[in-house]
Amino acid sequence: MKFTCLSKGGGFHFPPCHMLNVCGFRVLFDCPLDLSALTIFSPVPADSCTIGDEESSNFAVHEPVVDMEAGVRKKQKVEKPLDANSLIYSEPWYKTVNNLHLWNASFIDVVLISSPMGMLGLPYITRIKDFSAKIYVTDAAARVGQLMMEDLVSMHMEHRQFYGTEESSVPQWMKSEELDLLPSALKKVALGKDGAELGGWMPLYSAAHVKDCMMKVQRLRYAEEACYNGTLVIKACSSGLEIGSIFDSGHAMDFDYHALQGSDLILYSDFSTLLTSEDNEQSTFSDDNNNWEELAKSLCNNDESSEEREKLSFICSCAIDSVKSGGSVLIPIDRLGVSLLLLEQISMFLKSSDLKVPIYVISSVAEELLAYTNIIPEWLCKQRQEKLFSGESLFAHVELIKEKKIHVFPAVHSPKLFLRLGPAVHLLRRWSGDPNSLLVLEDEADADIALLPFKPMSMKVLQCSFLSGIKLQKVQPLLKTLQPKLVLFPEDLRNHVRFSNINSFSVSHYFENETLHIPSLKGSPELKITTDLASQLNWRNLEQRKLNITRLKGELLIEQGKHRLLSRNEQASSSQNRPFLHWGSPHPEDLLAVLSKMGINGHVERGMRDAESDEACIVHVQDPNKALIEVRATGTVISAADENLASRIFEAVVDVLEGI
Amino acid sequence: MAIECLVLGAGQEIGKSCVVVTINGKRIMFDCGMHMGYQDRRRYPDFSLISKTRDFDNALDCIIITHFHLDHVGALPYFTEVCGYRGPIYMTYPTKALAPLMLEDYRKVMVDQRGEEEQFTSAHIAECMKKVIAVDLKQSVQVDKDLQIRAYYAGHVLGAAMFYAKVGDSAMVYTGDYNMTPDRHLGAAQIDRLQLDLLITESTYAGTIRDSKYAREREFLKAVHKCVAGGGKVLIPTFALGRAQELCILLDDYWERMKLKVPIYFSAGLTIQANMYYKMLISWTSQKVKETYATHNAFDFKNVRNFDRSLIDAPSPCVLFATPGMISGGFSLEVFKRWAPDEMNLVTLPGYCVAGTIGHKLMSGKPTKIDLDKDTQIDVRCQIHQLSFSPHTDAKGIMDLVKFLSPKHVILVHGEKPKMATLKQRIQSELGIQCYDPANKDSVCVPSTHFVKAGASNAFIRSCLNPNFKFSKSSLEDKSDSGSQGMKSMPWLQISDDRVGEGILVLEKNKKTKVVHQDELLHMLGEQKHEIQFAYCCPVHIEKLEQTETTDLIPTNDKLSASDKSSVIKKLLVKLSSELSEANIHDFGEHIQLESFHVSICLKDNCPYRITDSLQSKSEAAFFCCSWSEADEKLARRIISIMENCNLT
Repeated sequence: MKFTCLSKGGGFHFPPCHMLNVCGFRVLFDCPLDLSALTIFSPVPADSCTIGDEESSNFAVHEPVVDMEAGVRKKQKVEKPLDANSLIYSEPWYKTVNNLHLWNASFIDVVLISSPMGMLGLPYITRIKDFSAKIYVTDAAARVGQLMMEDLVSMHMEHRQFYGTEESSVPQWMKSEELDLLPSALKKVALGKDGAELGGWMPLYSAAHVKDCMMKVQRLRYAEEACYNGTLVIKACSSGLEIGSIFDSGHAMDFDYHALQGSDLILYSDFSTLLTSEDNEQSTFSDDNNNWEELAKSLCNNDESSEEREKLSFICSCAIDSVKSGGSVLIPIDRLGVSLLLLEQISMFLKSSDLKVPIYVISSVAEELLAYTNIIPEWLCKQRQEKLFSGESLFAHVELIKEKKIHVFPAVHSPKLFLRLGPAVHLLRRWSGDPNSLLVLEDEADADIALLPFKPMSMKVLQCSFLSGIKLQKVQPLLKTLQPKLVLFPEDLRNHVRFSNINSFSVSHYFENETLHIPSLKGSPELKITTDLASQLNWRNLEQRKLNITRLKGELLIEQGKHRLLSRNEQASSSQNRPFLHWGSPHPEDLLAVLSKMGINGHVERGMRDAESDEACIVHVQDPNKALIEVRATGTVISAADENLASRIFEAVVDVLEGI
Repeated sequence: MAIECLVLGAGQEIGKSCVVVTINGKRIMFDCGMHMGYQDRRRYPDFSLISKTRDFDNALDCIIITHFHLDHVGALPYFTEVCGYRGPIYMTYPTKALAPLMLEDYRKVMVDQRGEEEQFTSAHIAECMKKVIAVDLKQSVQVDKDLQIRAYYAGHVLGAAMFYAKVGDSAMVYTGDYNMTPDRHLGAAQIDRLQLDLLITESTYAGTIRDSKYAREREFLKAVHKCVAGGGKVLIPTFALGRAQELCILLDDYWERMKLKVPIYFSAGLTIQANMYYKMLISWTSQKVKETYATHNAFDFKNVRNFDRSLIDAPSPCVLFATPGMISGGFSLEVFKRWAPDEMNLVTLPGYCVAGTIGHKLMSGKPTKIDLDKDTQIDVRCQIHQLSFSPHTDAKGIMDLVKFLSPKHVILVHGEKPKMATLKQRIQSELGIQCYDPANKDSVCVPSTHFVKAGASNAFIRSCLNPNFKFSKSSLEDKSDSGSQGMKSMPWLQISDDRVGEGILVLEKNKKTKVVHQDELLHMLGEQKHEIQFAYCCPVHIEKLEQTETTDLIPTNDKLSASDKSSVIKKLLVKLSSELSEANIHDFGEHIQLESFHVSICLKDNCPYRITDSLQSKSEAAFFCCSWSEADEKLARRIISIMENCNLT
């Protein structure tokens, strides 16, 4: 087995990406896009976009205070302070996992996608001509992922309309002299830490690519076992629930748990990938401390989820305050799970404060997304499932939309993407000067860059972070539950988690883009032979060696990594009972003795050498007919014109040899 | 060990489906239904047969319910709450959501309307459903260490599933009710090709082959349209779930297309409420319906509204869905009493009605009067339309499924005795699969597959996976074919990849039994392979060639040039090819190979394999040295006789 971490990823929006070589198959885990890198681009300049004005009538909008300067950026040779003008004014490109391009996509056998975020880069590899890997995605992740990609494409179109199509294949900003001009913060994003990541930038795929990509995807149901090539068993299960039931099965190779989207209450499309190989190897790969959140949920009590709930309540109360003071609240849709909960909670808060403030959801896919979340009870947590059984909608937004408390706009715009694409940009421009308004922003390292185009801002900004992975202290208890044989752990977290020596598993640490060879744990494969086949065997005893051997013939069936030998339908013909593998060297005298018993007589002629200079010994047979037997150490040749005689001699030769 | 199958219900009948299967020591109850035709204790399966001491928790490992129909789930609350079973119960999400509605509806009909003593209460139903574990399709569920179950899509009704159960090496499938053709809102049954010891299948339509259902759907729509156009009222007695939604999709769609304004009513809030469930569970419907979730959920019926009791005697036309189906009581009976005497009205009946219900009486003949009880008689003057489409598979579907799964044994349940017997015969004779049709309380025992374990070497596994292509020429034309007189019988190449798992099982004292490849065995033994070959130097008569008249091939064949050699070989090749048309002959120029048979021109003056004495015409013969291995002895002798008797020119 070989394991290569292609990218460690970066939080919720950019899950890690790995390549694993197991049982001769090349398996790619996730194919994400680093959307946070979008922040180096400038949003569409405000005054050239009239759509925002038309829409504004729909909202409780305060007069826009800040308008961006539009137009051509002035080039300056000295490094400028980081401000809105430093951003790149161009049609955005997208940053893929750079290291993935070093691999030949046509050699990938299996792609496992663990979350909608993990599939955003998928159209880039599915459009490669020789790409033929089987892609496994859960039903829910596939649907949501598809909507996100379609949304991305449609949001991008808006940008495109403004900038027009790029005339050359390499955009202006990617030229080295332009890159040199970038402020260092932006340069770091564009080129990566080592300055080698420029190759990862790609123009966005088209809607046709997305469609084509979705056609190639194999959708899995909850906890469905898929079997690749008879040997690799892949099972997708929610990362938040039912750990025990999956790991008790014992024979499974437990593998790489990606827990992704979602918050404490929502498990949909959070799942981990579980792999069983033919070899009954047991190993668990922990690849990132961020990936373990949902699994840990069931290990710990719900203090984490109550913490998350408090965060939500806090956001809601801030939102209410803002609304009461006449402001507006902008919540970019980041994580579907959090957004759905916020929708529910805010409307509850509004109701209890007796406020009649409309809630708008603006996205080209909002309607479908909201409808979809209501038809996937199988992927939700227990509490949500109970709603199904008692006949209520899974999420409150169904009723809220009916009661016209939530308005869904299938507008040309859609949610934010790091405040660069979509309607959030327009709304933010309008509201950023209003001190009563509120922007709810996920806590991101580069929030400064993200907000750059909107500065100065008098709008309040609430930054909050939600759990997007496992907490470090939960790693140990998790591993205790899983009982893996092998754990892979990121090198940079080596000092954060100390594995005691008493563990049943061995720990390897990995670096990004460095292949790790993993010792194979497999023994020889086990074969199961049907009893009806086993009962027909003719055993042969090799006395000197204290061995019993028998020839075995059947139909081999490899299923779910198990080998079974079934009896073949057409039964073995009589000739099969004769041995046809022989060894030993016959003494001509022994042979003569056996022959004479059969009434065949002859004499031995020794020491004949022929061209092959192999000591040969010839037995001449005269009676009952003329024949010749040429005996060597490694073979015997029988020559007789008489068919019957030949076969009798053959029997005699077999008799003096050992065989099976 | 064997698989034991105890039939507690639906044995040679339809109703109270319940089969208890013991498979490698694990005991599973499939379905726990009730019989609609009985009001006494016969309505439930005889649970005492499972455990004399009524210790059901230890007697059963789990219960699996295939779908929400009462004849599959009706006895469950009784079994869990009254009989006290507390073990796990599995059903799909829709079944778990919808079964309580069915049970509650039935309980109400029994208690409120028929005034019967209640077998279980609402609280019982709620308690019972709490014990249910919902599963998704294809989800592999490990019930315990040894028992694994999995649900497959069955069509029939929303959430209906076939269940696969596996213990150790033994596996089986219980189909429940299924439909092999998609209908208005559900897809067709879908299952993987599985290795099965036993298949238990329903056989409701064991003797029927149905054509397309669209014609019959049109008939139904026409009948309904005609009735409402003539100012009549249509009564559609159905159960709240399943058929009601299917017909509603049908009618709603028709109403849209025909722009009809006649109201469609649902009698109870029940069906409206059920639609709520259907909307959330839309991903369990057919692909076409499923896709409507985002735009207009197909279960958001546009023309459907709630019925009010006061509307029964309203003069205007309408369509009314009323529960229960089969008009066994309740609201559908109440409406039937009022509407039946008017010939303008129409009553539709489902394809199957249990004996003893009014539906059954209406189906048998054309009664003009029906005795409800000894005091009440109903005049029946309305039209009757029997729905002839059914959510069950027909005989062809059953045969298709059995053939597809190719289990070692088949047990038929949920059907009518004579038809089941016919189907059983067909399965045995056409498919060669053992088939049983046990009656209630009968027990069937079938052997299960068992395996012995052995280690296997990688070389063995690899050798088994190697493609083993066989090419054979065949000049066989389609003999039964009479329409292709003009066609010449062209030889065509048949390619088969018949992979053989062949190895040697080695049993050594104090060591694990191991399967190895034969080459590995020799290595293990430290021996060398000893090859036994046959050889024969065969004289072939050759007509003198004009140019080489004086220089006979033999004995001066050392002068034979390479081109001569190959021309002689070529001639032999042509000869052999014509004689052995089906054989696969390889021409290597210097020699010819046919399986292991190898022939080349012998240039030795004194070949040791030149055994034959009959060298009468030495001067006219060329010698061909042949060698072959034992496996091809027969073939070799045939070739030799051809060679000896031929005359190459």
